[in-house]
Amino acid sequence: MKTAVFKIWRGDANGGDFSEFATEISEGMVVLDAVHAIQAQQANDLACRWNCKAGKCGSCSAEINGVPKLMCMTRLDAIPLDKPITLEPMRAFPSVRDLVTDVSWNFRVKKKIKKFKPRPPDAPDGTWRISQADIDRVQEFRKCIECFLCQDVCHVLRDHHLQEEFIGPRYLVFAAALEMHPLDTEDRLSELKQAGGIGYCNITKCCTKVCPENITITDNAIIPLKERVVDEFYDPLGKLLKLFRPKT
Amino acid sequence: MSNYVTLEYDVLVIGAGGAGLRSAIEASAAGVRVGLICKSLLGKAHTVMAEGGMAAALANVDDRDNWKVHFADTMRGGQYVNNWRMAELHAKEAPDRVRELEAWGAVFDRTADGRILQRNFGGHRYPRLAHVGDRTGLELIRTLQDHGIHQGIEVHMEHTIVTLLKESDRVVGAFGYDRERGRFKVFKARAIVLATGGIGRAYRITSNSWEYTGDGQSLAYHAGAELVDMEFVQFHPTGMIWPPSVMGILVTEGVRGEGGILHNKEGKRFMFAGIPDAYKSQTANNPEEGWRYTQGDKNARRPPELLTRDHVARCIIEEVKAGRGSPHGGVFLDIAWIKEKIPNAAEHIKKKLPSMYHQFMQLANLDITKEPMEVGPTTHYIMGGVRVDAETQMSNVPGLFAAGEVAAGLHGSNRLGGNSLSDLLVFGKRAGEFAAQFSKESNSGQISDAQVEGAAREALEPFERAAKATANAEGPYQVQYDLQETMQNLVGIVRREEEMVRALDELHKLSVRAKQVIVYGHREYNPGWHTAIDLKHLLTVSEAITRAALARKESRGGHFRDDFPNKDSGEGKMNIVLRKEADGSMHVSREEIPEMPPDLERIIEEMK
Repeated sequence: MKTAVFKIWRGDANGGDFSEFATEISEGMVVLDAVHAIQAQQANDLACRWNCKAGKCGSCSAEINGVPKLMCMTRLDAIPLDKPITLEPMRAFPSVRDLVTDVSWNFRVKKKIKKFKPRPPDAPDGTWRISQADIDRVQEFRKCIECFLCQDVCHVLRDHHLQEEFIGPRYLVFAAALEMHPLDTEDRLSELKQAGGIGYCNITKCCTKVCPENITITDNAIIPLKERVVDEFYDPLGKLLKLFRPKT
Repeated sequence: MSNYVTLEYDVLVIGAGGAGLRSAIEASAAGVRVGLICKSLLGKAHTVMAEGGMAAALANVDDRDNWKVHFADTMRGGQYVNNWRMAELHAKEAPDRVRELEAWGAVFDRTADGRILQRNFGGHRYPRLAHVGDRTGLELIRTLQDHGIHQGIEVHMEHTIVTLLKESDRVVGAFGYDRERGRFKVFKARAIVLATGGIGRAYRITSNSWEYTGDGQSLAYHAGAELVDMEFVQFHPTGMIWPPSVMGILVTEGVRGEGGILHNKEGKRFMFAGIPDAYKSQTANNPEEGWRYTQGDKNARRPPELLTRDHVARCIIEEVKAGRGSPHGGVFLDIAWIKEKIPNAAEHIKKKLPSMYHQFMQLANLDITKEPMEVGPTTHYIMGGVRVDAETQMSNVPGLFAAGEVAAGLHGSNRLGGNSLSDLLVFGKRAGEFAAQFSKESNSGQISDAQVEGAAREALEPFERAAKATANAEGPYQVQYDLQETMQNLVGIVRREEEMVRALDELHKLSVRAKQVIVYGHREYNPGWHTAIDLKHLLTVSEAITRAALARKESRGGHFRDDFPNKDSGEGKMNIVLRKEADGSMHVSREEIPEMPPDLERIIEEMK
């Protein structure tokens, strides 16, 4: 059997360092399998989050050789094994222990975004009629598994620590799913501009690159939202014209 | 009062998957204070893994569907040991629960006229599963989560409950720890809803994550609640089997619903042989008719691949045993073949089964639009669990409710695909509603310091043992691994008496070892410690499954015995009930299933 060496960051909020572990690997193994093997055989207390092990729950986010990824979906045969593989927690969030970070900020941000508010039902039985074409885009956004890798890689959060002023790509996608939901009647544009800090995003598309669900975060969610915000707040002429445009 | 952080609620919901969230939403809507315990982060529970959809007789795709057909399908699938009242309530209420999700923001796939689209699934007579591609569970949990966070529910993420606290007969609280710091906490509550899901981690090959260690079943049992139907474990026929690291991960039944077929290494569609009598009249007898069924032809009957999960799983095992399996010990599941039938098949498959495409591409280097998958059975679900009242979901312990997988009754001996998500919603709502009502009618109980201190001491023992451990002391992982091997090999898909007797003996030895495991390190986010604590639950549910399986001397649904390979009409009238005796031993009894009222009996006859 082949052996791989992992350099895993171990520590907590007070600091830490890398520890090396060698473990045997077999065909098809993913990084999370190796972490489990190390946990079971060498370091019972090695902390990591995981649940589904199938890329559906978004728990096992980490930085593998410096790249934010899901450990359960990263195969070892896609990584060079001639030198140690480094595993670090997501660096944009405070450390809890080892590979586990404090992601509670994300949950607080979500709570501040105005909830879904549907129009009255279309049919007497309380149901709506929606065409599939009108929800394809929203369904793309709703694929999000909340792994927070996009938040981790976003330089506004990671390097500039603007958590108080910017909600990050995850919640711009979340807001876009609500704003583009054909039944929703709520208006979130002013909060996206103010508290959401949408202007901070300068569309470097780092978030789109790391999304394990391949959501086109920047092009399909953030840019259209930015355009709506611009139309609403920075285009008085357009707004005036809209008033006189016949409804189609 | 002990020194631990103490929180007080009217209703405490333990578990934050579909059932727990739905229950918390309902309780909170009734105006009571609600606490919600998540073993993981909010929104990560196993509900996200549900793929195919939620069954509800909306009749959007086939107007012949109604609650009666759904009821009859559920009873037939469960082979009539179901709690018929639960099956009735479920069939009647599921449509409202699904529509309600849409009002909360869920975005289901649509029919051409803009209504919620429904798909075919095993054992359902008509297309009945509301769905979103093959990620319906994610849609459900996210919708409930995003709605629930605005309802004033207090959420405790990454907390684990280790014991329930009682005052005489009634539950009055729960004791647990937070994962991050390892601090103990006392949750006082007038009513408790268990929504902790399943037991998959008792087996080596499972679709379940680390969380599913039978916590709820075990917490309830040790608090005096009865467990029922524990012998009925569902082995989903199609789990991934290759490469080894992905063994057990689920391949949705939706693949077969969309036209996927099973064949052996000789290329034979073996499912056409041996169609059970109860399903003969509803099953296609040639591939062409089966194909037309999956494409929505109302005059066609379902292909045999869409028979119930217990049957399909056993057929796969038989093929493998007969030497006709695939290279890695399973059979082939082929969706790529539909390119013979429709243009743009590859695009169609990617659209209908996006996460399956993704999963096989990434984990197995296999393009399902081009090649067949290799699949085999994986431990997926337990039909048995806490015995509850059908209307209220309360157990025999006053104030203790259960909903979802942890509760028993709805599914009988075999659950139909798609009936789980609707179960979570229907009975999650009911549990929340009646728990809130119970809490309003009760005073807050008295927490016993002695119970709390006892539980805390027990939880910390693995650390204390480590301090004076000898060189050959073992950690918790080896014990867990051996337990999984025992259950997989001795109480798995095909069971026989002598093996199960041996399993009981092994489980006894494992429980001795579990009491000696050591854990190094400290209490902060220490998975070794968590695994050590969960062992008690795993051992309890494993013993319960084994004893119940020994007691049921027939084969039915998920329970198949080599030594009693047929159904037995006498056994079919019985439930196996387990309760904890005063001396700590597990008592097994047989209770007759209450007779079905004539109107329900008539529905079943009409639908035969």
